[in-house]
Amino acid sequence: MPQPIIRIDNIVKRYGPLTVLDGLSMDVMPGEKLALIGPSGSGKTTILRILMTLETISGGHIQIDGDQLYHMKKGADLVAADEAHLRRMRSKIGMVFQHFNLFPHKCVLDNVTLAPMLTQGVKRGDAEKRAMELLDMVGMADKARSVPAQLSGGQKQRAAIARALALSPKIMLFDEVTSALDPELVEEVLNVMKHLAAETDMTMLLVTHEMGFAHDFADRVLFFDRGKIVEQGKPEEIFRNPKQERTQTFLRKIIAAGHRV
Amino acid sequence: MEWDWAFVWQIMPTLLEGFKITILATVLGAAVAAVVGLLLAIMRRSPIPAVSRTVGFVSEFIRGTPLLVQLYFIFYVLPDIGIRLSPLVAGVIGIGIHYATYTAEVYRAGIENVPRGQWEAAKAANLTTPQTWVHVILPQALPPMIPALANYFIAMFKETPLLSAITVLELMNQAKSIANSNYRYIEPMTLVGIFFLVISLISVVGLRWLEERYARMDD
Repeated sequence: MPQPIIRIDNIVKRYGPLTVLDGLSMDVMPGEKLALIGPSGSGKTTILRILMTLETISGGHIQIDGDQLYHMKKGADLVAADEAHLRRMRSKIGMVFQHFNLFPHKCVLDNVTLAPMLTQGVKRGDAEKRAMELLDMVGMADKARSVPAQLSGGQKQRAAIARALALSPKIMLFDEVTSALDPELVEEVLNVMKHLAAETDMTMLLVTHEMGFAHDFADRVLFFDRGKIVEQGKPEEIFRNPKQERTQTFLRKIIAAGHRV
Repeated sequence: MEWDWAFVWQIMPTLLEGFKITILATVLGAAVAAVVGLLLAIMRRSPIPAVSRTVGFVSEFIRGTPLLVQLYFIFYVLPDIGIRLSPLVAGVIGIGIHYATYTAEVYRAGIENVPRGQWEAAKAANLTTPQTWVHVILPQALPPMIPALANYFIAMFKETPLLSAITVLELMNQAKSIANSNYRYIEPMTLVGIFFLVISLISVVGLRWLEERYARMDD
């Protein structure tokens, strides 16, 4: 029996008096494709941000690939992770953002090569060769020398996916990657992700409002509400036959709002 | 009082000597202000409250007291505790640090204008904090602030006559000593004004160009 690659154990996240996650636990197996769905404010994006160490946790433990994320061993004790430990752990995880967050002063190619060259000591020639392969895969090879301001939203997001892949993470986090796109540009990004899901054994966590895509993409769908997993299961179970009333209500509202299921 | 051209040509070499020092003090002072200002701005953002508060307090203190007093302090008081500086070095440090507290504010605004998503993308790319500053934040923050920084450097240039108070032989000091020994003020002081005016006018043109080139912030 393989070990989970992500083990979230009873984590708590508070912003001042507001508790966003209240004792959440979940496991993710290597290679699993997860879709996290639920109303906004339900804590699903917070989970991705915590896994990427963009937020700290107020309590609990997270294990990534067998190691503690926010803690490290010091003798027999577990102490808070220092920056060196966090950087070691971050190297296993990549993230794609809703608003792309490309580096606007660098061309697409340099966006992709920057981190491998700086953090993994890859030589420029090798980094560019690998970057071009990735850009080719996301259909952006002809835009390698363009700067982000010259790209459409869909192109920016495909470049951002290539950038995240360049570090060869074991886990990829996709945070509402199509929410900021014009409707006609959503498809090209989703196609890239479908291809990724089919071609790689990376573990992927996806926060999305695209229910149709979640259905096709995910091995497992988790419905979040108020910082808790209300219901989870195979996509067909969740979307065709949700058991919890809150899941039913949410999906009804989403369909009424015109999203495909 | 008659304008005396012969006197003008006679004092010109001495004034040019002084003018060279004025330019030197400005360039060095600007370099100090540019570097120290950036350090102040970065330290101001430190997560350690002792650092950020101390920097904030010291900056307020320097901005809240006159440059002339600070120059006197550096040049005439520091020797009492064994720190002896040449007039030019004391002047460059004084004017540079004084203006650093202003350029720090320019840097601060420019750094805050870089969206939070850029910090997050740098973290997701696993860059170290220094790598994030050098490769992600500063290349975006610096260009839009160049005109504002240049503005302070022009202002600083026009304050260099204060250095004459601590015996730096810059333009104003040279003009004063010429005037005092010849009992003629009209030519030396007029020439000082013209020197400053010429450089200021050139700077304004340069500043316009910088604004055209950098002030518009593209995404």
